[in-house]
Amino acid sequence: MTPHFGLPEFGFLMRGLQWTVLLTLVAFVGGCTAGLIVALLRTCGRTTVEWIVRIYIGIFQGTPLLLQLFVVYYGLALLGLKLSAFVAVAIGFTVNASAFLGEIWRGAIQAVPRGQTEAAMALGLHYSSRMRDIVLPQAIRIALPATIGYLVQLIKGTSLAAIVGFIELARAGQIVSNQIYQPLLVFGVVGAMYFILCWPLSWWGSRVEARLALAAQR
Amino acid sequence: MGYTLDFSVVWHAMPALLWGCVGTLGLALAGMTLAMIIGVAGVAARDAKSAWLRAIVIGFVEIVRNTPFLVQIFFLFFALPLIGLKLNPTATAIIALGVNGGAYAIEIIRGGVQSIHKGQIEAGYALGLHKGQVFRSIVLKPALRAIYPSLTGQFIMLTLTSSICSAVSAYELTSVAQRIESDTFRSFEVYFFVTFLYLAISWLLMSGFAIISHRFFSYPTR
Repeated sequence: MTPHFGLPEFGFLMRGLQWTVLLTLVAFVGGCTAGLIVALLRTCGRTTVEWIVRIYIGIFQGTPLLLQLFVVYYGLALLGLKLSAFVAVAIGFTVNASAFLGEIWRGAIQAVPRGQTEAAMALGLHYSSRMRDIVLPQAIRIALPATIGYLVQLIKGTSLAAIVGFIELARAGQIVSNQIYQPLLVFGVVGAMYFILCWPLSWWGSRVEARLALAAQR
Repeated sequence: MGYTLDFSVVWHAMPALLWGCVGTLGLALAGMTLAMIIGVAGVAARDAKSAWLRAIVIGFVEIVRNTPFLVQIFFLFFALPLIGLKLNPTATAIIALGVNGGAYAIEIIRGGVQSIHKGQIEAGYALGLHKGQVFRSIVLKPALRAIYPSLTGQFIMLTLTSSICSAVSAYELTSVAQRIESDTFRSFEVYFFVTFLYLAISWLLMSGFAIISHRFFSYPTR
């Protein structure tokens, strides 16, 4: 019997999809946390700190994600850390996300009108209260479309874990494709799965963007 | 047992790595050219009368922008021979980059075209400019200026994305690095250094684009 695309194959892809979603969630949550620190350091007002963070962001924006993954993956091994492939790639995506989200939120923090910060200062609020209660709530609104956009990038980016050897959706697709010799069908299904994951997010992102643009006009 | 870093392998492989850089730039340039062709054709079709044509362009843009490049290049790698295009990996990679970049180019160019107000063209004619002058200085130059930052950013993105073409072993920097790695087993050293080669490439491109922008597009608008 020649192998064909049946339920077991579909189930294998679905398990790959689960890993893709899990990897994305871990990297996104980790990246949000680290990204907030990056954004706050980037806008802290100390020239040296801001420059160091700027270089950090520049390195991640100016190099391919694939190479970043390679460096983190082999670098962690050199440090003597015996990590599973999942943890290693999750760390790689998290540092990448910290730089990109940090830069997005840096822009959003700076887009909040200066009068807000000045008014908070005049009211005698100290830094943490000023950020937590005044600036960040407004910055989050501004940053939402770009943050959703980055989330879509991240989902697509996790496919590169396949090249490092971690079995997520893209790698699962490669394996099934090699087993049943129907690459077009398999990669078509894999592509559709990514699309179902990403497209609603993209749609939501552009709606939020349109709403914000409308609010800015008034 | 401690591991000592040995960057001499990188030094010995330098000529191959620099040729890899050339390969990457060539791949990105060819991909971007194709992307621009798809972009312009796409914008024309996007605003065409035929509803079918419009739907196809919108569908194309959405599909490309919401699926990973790695899956796209694998798909094309197997799909192109079926429609009679038996190409080597590098040519396949150029087509994949062109298709991927094309979807983004459509959105960028469309934004540029929409940024030109009809009233400005009419004002140009009222000032006595002839057709060529209106097109050159009222339509083309401001439109180019409007899309220049996104378009050059897209080019740098495409250059970085081209590293994924190593998955089908196209000739570019990352696949050169992978070959050196499998010869020397110095994974970290090779990839660490190559990452900085990419950084140098994108930094050079960014500076070059900034100089061009300063030379041609720095004039007051209001």
